[in-house]
Amino acid sequence: MSSLSSRLPPLAVLATGLLALGLAHVFFVVPDDADQGFSYRIFFFHVPIALTAYACFGWGAWKALRHLQTKRGGYDLESYVAVHLGVIFGTLTLLTGSIWAKISWGLWWRWEEKQLVLFLVLFLFYCAYFMLRFSVEEGAQRANLSAVYALFGVVLVPVSFFAIRLSQSNNIHPVALTSHGPNFHGWILVAFCVCLVGMLVLGSALYHLELLGKRLDARLRELREEAA
Amino acid sequence: MRRYAADVVTLARKDVRLELRTWQTLPAMLLFVVSTLVIFHFAVPAASARAGLGLLWVALLFAALLGLARAFVAEREQRLFDALVLAPCDRSAIWLGKAIAVLFFLVGVEIVALPAYALFFGGLGGRTVAAVALADLGICAVGTLLSAVAAAARVRELLLPLLFLPLALPIVIGGVGASLGHGRYLGFLALYDLLFATLCWGSFEYVVTE
Repeated sequence: MSSLSSRLPPLAVLATGLLALGLAHVFFVVPDDADQGFSYRIFFFHVPIALTAYACFGWGAWKALRHLQTKRGGYDLESYVAVHLGVIFGTLTLLTGSIWAKISWGLWWRWEEKQLVLFLVLFLFYCAYFMLRFSVEEGAQRANLSAVYALFGVVLVPVSFFAIRLSQSNNIHPVALTSHGPNFHGWILVAFCVCLVGMLVLGSALYHLELLGKRLDARLRELREEAA
Repeated sequence: MRRYAADVVTLARKDVRLELRTWQTLPAMLLFVVSTLVIFHFAVPAASARAGLGLLWVALLFAALLGLARAFVAEREQRLFDALVLAPCDRSAIWLGKAIAVLFFLVGVEIVALPAYALFFGGLGGRTVAAVALADLGICAVGTLLSAVAAAARVRELLLPLLFLPLALPIVIGGVGASLGHGRYLGFLALYDLLFATLCWGSFEYVVTE
């Protein structure tokens, strides 16, 4: 627990610094977009938040796998906290995406976009993960069931992506990161990278914070039981 | 290997025999799927061929959910789970036996549902039948595992659809796509079956043990 609490302050400071730097870049350095003007700046938040959400889900699945491999106590909680943060970042992705879609396409939602539908499926999947967790008694079985379900998510992502790609051909969702690298350069690339790293560090800081709180809760409960 | 197959067959036969003696699940699924098709006929009056195929997939998926919700009821009520886990067989054989039994029920339902669909809505291609057959494998593989997961929870009946439907979405996309005549979706459904069946086969042990 001590390593967790010692890592938290530097992570929080780093996240604040990077995000402040990113904000300064986004509003004062990068130029307006030729098509979308000022409004495209939401891109610098929307994409890093979405990538952070994916990173959280991936981290949660990795911890779930480690739990099934080793059955060591801590991995279950770590997996849960990562998925929890993933759902929070996922909600923010859907919100920022909807706002951007309304401004740029005139619609809050488009079923034709594979990125949108894929994210919605994942979001529903991980909401079901919470339903599962809260309806099973705490213990070894709940840890196992949660871990197995979290692992299903890792397979669901590529399979859904492939399925949605098969079924939809016309896309107007911008593709920021192509297989040849990012399709923007200069200050925009710098601002994007700062925002992305800042958001990932923020995710990491929140992960440490929640984990610390949950472990303190558990320790407090143990002490209370001992005292009673 | 032969021992494993014998275990699977024994477990699947136990479930089928139990059903043939009590007739609890299969008639319910049959009645459900036919009633749903009738409801859909009135809910979507001028259904195009495209919309009609979608209705067929929804009806089949929900009928399968009905069967899956009952899949581990006997084990739970009669406290058979512990005995099964203690039995000297591979744990994944329990999953495979149950999935085969569920598949048996689902195919039984479809033998009635597909002609009923053709009768009510007209038109049923060979590709649709092939897609339904491939989708059945995926539904039974994933559904049986999730049914075992839900059996451990307090609100089992409520939980199973929530767990299952997001994972069934690729099946619906593949099934409807194949029904509309795109052959590549059949390959996709086969890929889904392979991936998820392997995952379920490997992870069932963790669902039933601590």
